[in-house]
Amino acid sequence: MGGHPPLGTGLRLAESYPPPSASSVANRWHMSWSRLFAVIRKEFIHLLRDRRTLGFVLLAPVMELLLFGYAGNTDVDHLPAIVYDESRTAASRAFAAAFQNSGYFDLQPWAGTRNQALQAIDEGSARVVLVIPPDFGDKLAKGETATVQIVVDGSNPNVAQAALSAGGLIAQDQSAKALGGDTGQGSQNGGRPGIDLRPLVLYNPTLNSAIFIVPGLVGMFVPFQAMLLTALAVVRERERGTLEQLVVTPITSLELMIGKVLPNVLLAFVSMALSLIVARLLFGVGVAGSLLLLLLLTIPFVLGSMGIGLLISVASRTQPQAQQMAQVFILPSFFVSGVLFPRESLPLVLQIVGDLFPTTYFLEIIRGIMLKGVGLTALWPQAMGLTVFSFGMLALAVNRFRKRID
Amino acid sequence: MEHLTKRYGDLVAVKDVSFEVQRGEVFAFLGPNGSGKSTTIRMLCGILEPTSGHGEVLGFDIVQEAEQLKQHIGYMSQRFALYEDLTVRENLEFYAGAYQVPASGLKRRIDELIAMAGLSGRERQLAAHLSGGWKQRLALGCAFVHQPQLLFLDEPTAGVDPASRRSFWDLIFGLTGTGVTVFMTTHYLDEAEHANRVGMMHNGELRALSTPADLKARYLPGQMLAITCDDPLRGRAVLRQLPGLSQVTLYGKAIQVLARRVDPASVRAALQQNGIGVESIAPMAPTLEDVFLSLTSEGTDDMH
Repeated sequence: MGGHPPLGTGLRLAESYPPPSASSVANRWHMSWSRLFAVIRKEFIHLLRDRRTLGFVLLAPVMELLLFGYAGNTDVDHLPAIVYDESRTAASRAFAAAFQNSGYFDLQPWAGTRNQALQAIDEGSARVVLVIPPDFGDKLAKGETATVQIVVDGSNPNVAQAALSAGGLIAQDQSAKALGGDTGQGSQNGGRPGIDLRPLVLYNPTLNSAIFIVPGLVGMFVPFQAMLLTALAVVRERERGTLEQLVVTPITSLELMIGKVLPNVLLAFVSMALSLIVARLLFGVGVAGSLLLLLLLTIPFVLGSMGIGLLISVASRTQPQAQQMAQVFILPSFFVSGVLFPRESLPLVLQIVGDLFPTTYFLEIIRGIMLKGVGLTALWPQAMGLTVFSFGMLALAVNRFRKRID
Repeated sequence: MEHLTKRYGDLVAVKDVSFEVQRGEVFAFLGPNGSGKSTTIRMLCGILEPTSGHGEVLGFDIVQEAEQLKQHIGYMSQRFALYEDLTVRENLEFYAGAYQVPASGLKRRIDELIAMAGLSGRERQLAAHLSGGWKQRLALGCAFVHQPQLLFLDEPTAGVDPASRRSFWDLIFGLTGTGVTVFMTTHYLDEAEHANRVGMMHNGELRALSTPADLKARYLPGQMLAITCDDPLRGRAVLRQLPGLSQVTLYGKAIQVLARRVDPASVRAALQQNGIGVESIAPMAPTLEDVFLSLTSEGTDDMH
């Protein structure tokens, strides 16, 4: 009879293995190395086969390090500033030059009115306005105190404080020079400085940092949610196997896309409304401008993010993959869009990258409306940018979202 | 369908498949897993693009007019794609909406389907809580909600208990009685016997196509015999050496053979010459399984 060796030959269990001692069997810390190794080996195979996760795990820390290292510095410099010089004397020009030379401010010459200069702060094209009154030169020449006003954008308290202290130092220094030069005496004029720098902080006089951070966070979480939920809605169907059944019905890809996106849009707005309420009640950050405008301008942003979500869903097989891809989008935007760190202080490369992210523009809009109370006249470039972005993303999504099982 | 081919990179899933299906018949695509049945059915539904070849379903080209085609067909996917977190009724309502079943007849239609599926009283149950047989019937209902003329069923009885499978076939024949054409894939050879015509798929190729009876006649040149003896293992080895016998397989404790030019007496003699006592040799009704084995000439043991 070919085949089976009779049981009992060669296999004597009692001799092949050491008899288990009573304690090791009962002991739950007992480990079998071969069993352990089997599990470890399998886990490695799982890890190495999932290329996407592997890539993410290896690259994410590197990316974070790069971003934190370059973008995440809290040094503030190269602040766009405007000098409104009504004095136009050699002394006032020297004063302004000192600001430029310090490196903290990037001065732009100004040909308009004082109010227009202040509007630049509204629009976000300047963070600081230096107002030099017409009598600056005369007063210095006479040895009297000349006052200069420094108007600072208070929406980012870090930036405001840095601007104020830098400005203060420069003014002191200039003041000492002016005094020393004028009187010819080598002694310090104790008591009254020659130049008095008066600060004016717009929008956030108390320099409450919550006022800066909260809109930034809202601006970041809303698109993340929109993107993620949309991506998951589609990927979930693929995982469950119902996507195939959907594709076979007459439902068009456009109907499918819109159908998936619309409830999530509603959800995004509800969540944004809740965030705004919390911001108001707990942090005292209200909406200074038009709430309606804010909600209106949120629409293209949310739609565009959902377009990205749909594109992610086309590229992802599983829900965790979709989650990771969404994170790949969100993480850099945190650094380069100005959520926490001012964009002016970023290296040029990252500033350009930031220009590509819609979050950047949305943050300017949301801060503009919530903190500065400005309207469409100041924000229309950002609004345009967002609308273009959202149409672009949706068009791309429609293009790529095909009803095929391939 | 003509010369349908589907390639995935180097893997040719479906090679040059051509066939025709008549109206009102139950047509079964038979074959083991991985033979290309599901791929073919997906191409026919217009959800997978063939690499080459063309086909027409209900007069619609499957590539160019796929979207129009989808209005007129029903499809039940292999995984009974139902929404687990929706109730029986909600699932049906969704698919009714997807197929634009007019609102006026909607409720009546859904009630009909629930009755047909035998799910009356279970309408509010979440699909997740249904057992395999019930899910299958619900999935069929969802595929049929818009009363299509043609139903594509991909492995509809996979993983379902035999009693449910039988009542499912009753359902199917109820539908074809009203003129609906059913195109299905299955790897259950015994079920394929019920179909009007069967196409056998193997490794992406369509090996044979005809009615079950015709297939058996054409591809089984000989008599199927079932032999019981003292020593099945050794008997099998002996008979394998015997010319004129093919497909010598063990089935339980009996040996099954396809006797081409050998009569039962010679078989008995061969076994007895080797000292094996023969209890009985009986002719067996041929099944499609035998046809399949003959076609693929694999004749391995232990396949059922």
